[in-house]
Amino acid sequence: MTQPATPRDFYGTRLSRPLMLGTAQYPSPAILEAAFRASGAEIATVSLRREAGQGQAFWDLIKALGVRVLPNTAGCFSAREAITTARMARELFETDWIKLEVIGDADTLQPDPFGLIEAAETLCAEGFKVFPYTTEDGIIAARLVEAGCRVLMPWGAPIGSGMGLNNRYGLRALREAFPDIAMVVDAGLGRPSHAAEAMELGFDAVLLNTAVAQAGDPAAMARAFALAAEAGRDAFAADMMAPRDMARPSTPVIGKAWLD
Amino acid sequence: MKIELNGETRAIASTTVDAALAELGFKDAAVATALNGEFLPAPAREAQKLQEGDRLEVLAPMQGG
Repeated sequence: MTQPATPRDFYGTRLSRPLMLGTAQYPSPAILEAAFRASGAEIATVSLRREAGQGQAFWDLIKALGVRVLPNTAGCFSAREAITTARMARELFETDWIKLEVIGDADTLQPDPFGLIEAAETLCAEGFKVFPYTTEDGIIAARLVEAGCRVLMPWGAPIGSGMGLNNRYGLRALREAFPDIAMVVDAGLGRPSHAAEAMELGFDAVLLNTAVAQAGDPAAMARAFALAAEAGRDAFAADMMAPRDMARPSTPVIGKAWLD
Repeated sequence: MKIELNGETRAIASTTVDAALAELGFKDAAVATALNGEFLPAPAREAQKLQEGDRLEVLAPMQGG
């Protein structure tokens, strides 16, 4: 597989850094801000919750970052709940972008593919630009694309687990099956090498939160992830060598002296 | 009348959602609303009457991944 002539965009938006960052779990608002500055991430995921006095200050902080927001429907366990949350998010954040999460299991936070497809169909029909949080399953992906999704966000591993790419084969097959669809590996990345690995498979970006926010030095880790994601992207574009079973000398054999 | 605001019972004097939001301290806040589980767009709040026992959800921006 080769890189398409023009890089894939996200509903018309092109990213100069292939990194999206979550805004949760940072030790402080100042550290959140430092992580965004250090990484150069241009997309911030946000959510909606019952107003308990802190929402307005948080919103002011995010607006000051000058990034684009991608609201999520985290915590929704039904299509109906996710659809209502998406409608509220569109008004509140003034964006038709929505990171659509319909969760099927509280322990693994695995997407519920049936609810996800149902919600994606409704939201795409209402003009939303849907970023569905999905698995690497190609049939679900086909249904999401059929519903109108032009971006897919397959998981690397369960949210917050930091395990990396649990199914490299599945992710590679998914990437190759939909060459025109922008794809973001979302969830489960724990180390910068996981981000590089995802990008080396030809993904268009990675989305992470816990691995940065819970690091000992979130700003430094955010920068490490940004560099790794860019390295992986550049490596994919540069067309990597295929692995071989046997050694092959890199230094020319011809002209070697007879010194026995 | 009594309504349920974000899961808590509150007694209010207002009869519309718009007035209730002002009464409950959300006048200038960036919030989105849902009434009895359905999204209620901001422009519809003024005309939307409240009834005893209504469930009003008032959501604000929050950290998310």
